[in-house]
Amino acid sequence: MVKQISVFLENKAGRLASVPRVLGNAGINIRALSIADTSDFGILRLIVNDPPRAYQILKESGYTVSETEVMAVRVPDSPGGLAGVLEVMAEAGINIEYLYAFIGTTSEDALVIFKVENVDEAAKLFIAKGIQFLEDKEVYAL
Amino acid sequence: MYWDKEMECMPREKLEELKLRRIKETVFRVYAFVPSYREKMDTAGVKPQDIQTLEDIQYLPFTTKQDLRDNYPFGLFAVPMSEVVRIQSSSGTTGKPTVAGYTRRDILTWSELVARALTCAGASRHSIVQVAYGYGLFTGGLGAHYGAERIGASVIPSSGGNTQRQVMLMQDFGTTHLACTPSYALFIYDVMRSMNISPEDLKLRAGIFGAEPWTENMRSEIETKLRISAHDIYGMTELIGPGVAIDCSCKEGLHIWEDHFVPEIIDPDTGKVLPPGSEGELVITTITKEAFPLIRYRTRDLTSLNYEPCKCGRTHVRMKKVKGRSDDMIIVRGVNVFPSMVESILLRVPGVEPHYLLIVERDGTLDELEILVEVSEKVFSDEVRKLEELNKLIRKELESGLGIAVKVRLVEPGSIERSEGKAKRVVDKRNL
Repeated sequence: MVKQISVFLENKAGRLASVPRVLGNAGINIRALSIADTSDFGILRLIVNDPPRAYQILKESGYTVSETEVMAVRVPDSPGGLAGVLEVMAEAGINIEYLYAFIGTTSEDALVIFKVENVDEAAKLFIAKGIQFLEDKEVYAL
Repeated sequence: MYWDKEMECMPREKLEELKLRRIKETVFRVYAFVPSYREKMDTAGVKPQDIQTLEDIQYLPFTTKQDLRDNYPFGLFAVPMSEVVRIQSSSGTTGKPTVAGYTRRDILTWSELVARALTCAGASRHSIVQVAYGYGLFTGGLGAHYGAERIGASVIPSSGGNTQRQVMLMQDFGTTHLACTPSYALFIYDVMRSMNISPEDLKLRAGIFGAEPWTENMRSEIETKLRISAHDIYGMTELIGPGVAIDCSCKEGLHIWEDHFVPEIIDPDTGKVLPPGSEGELVITTITKEAFPLIRYRTRDLTSLNYEPCKCGRTHVRMKKVKGRSDDMIIVRGVNVFPSMVESILLRVPGVEPHYLLIVERDGTLDELEILVEVSEKVFSDEVRKLEELNKLIRKELESGLGIAVKVRLVEPGSIERSEGKAKRVVDKRNL
């Protein structure tokens, strides 16, 4: 599974910029990101080329960081593509905590990051339904 | 208008004599009946007969909040429990509260003091006094109530809360005097306006406001908005409750009733008595209380004393409006909050580390307490919902522990300043 790095951020000017700066200085590349925010705080979620190092560097820089398992799913890059995947998941009763789109793509497909409640169940479903998802190494190397 | 002219306007010389006589009596009494006082005086090498002048009291050891805790609940009482007719306590919640006991005469004394205070605010037997302090263990409600009854006013024991009903009672019953915290007075005004009721529709003339520090600015705000005379009433549970001191109509300092309380101002760091007029920590010796006398009690309140004669004719010394606390305790909406209480509550939430900061602000009319809590890796989640649940859990714990509503803000680790090993725990933005 793909490792996502999550960082706790206060909703303050300049806080967001500091994370990419720290990672950039360490030569770590950000592949995908999303921010969930409330009025008081935000959670920055990152897919990077080297999660263990990113985790370590951010932690050393004083951030609250966690590693989470997510899935990088290939979604047909055409109208209704994402809807089809979501419907399959809904039918199977797979709970999605959140999802966000990948910045770059590999082929004619789009890549969507899914955080699901039960990764193993989702993986089984995807295999059964012929929905492709990427191995961690493939994602980090993108 | 005076409640007890003979006492309130007693010539200073006679007042000093009375104070000395009562101090001597009190010191003899605590030495005889309260083991803790006897031990402390013996350690300090002071005997009751060493107190021959008013200045001599500076040789007596201080009594602190810690002494109260060490002797919890009744260890400092100077009478058997059969003589105690009432027990009140402070809002201390996670730690042990401060407990005060009263004999029948203490209750009468207290009523007299509040009667003087209400008279200073122009109340009389013809007045209708609405007591919107909480009734119960808190001294505000019952203290104001007994004083108002003492002067023969009609008392409305509305207690705190249900503000729309407070306004309705005020209007329907023709309340002339209001007793509550100053912030609640302003809150009542806001609610009143939202009900489309104007101060002109009321008979309200004055209020005695206390239990939390407030500024001259706030006084003028209350006076302008509610069109009343706003009087600061000072007191604390340990001393007796509200009524230790009160603004007269001149409002140039609060008269401390010296026939019952002997004030001193000390340097909070060295404990040395400071000359008249200096600013420092207020120390009070109670000289008439029977059940729970206090010798040189360190109030932690910062103020100064003015012995100049007052235009009102009262001879009792005036203390400046309290400027602040010499320790970290804050009073929020009448409730005492110690950072240590917040800390012990936070530590009960699994995974939360004791990195926190209390920020008190006055938002409009009410005190707001916001508590910043650093998010540790143990409690961090990549899901907003889980962090919001954590926030809610911390808030619930704090609210039930402190007894007041609070706001919780989760902040980044290390964002709360740590200086010289001792973290700054409180930021008071009320500018009091």
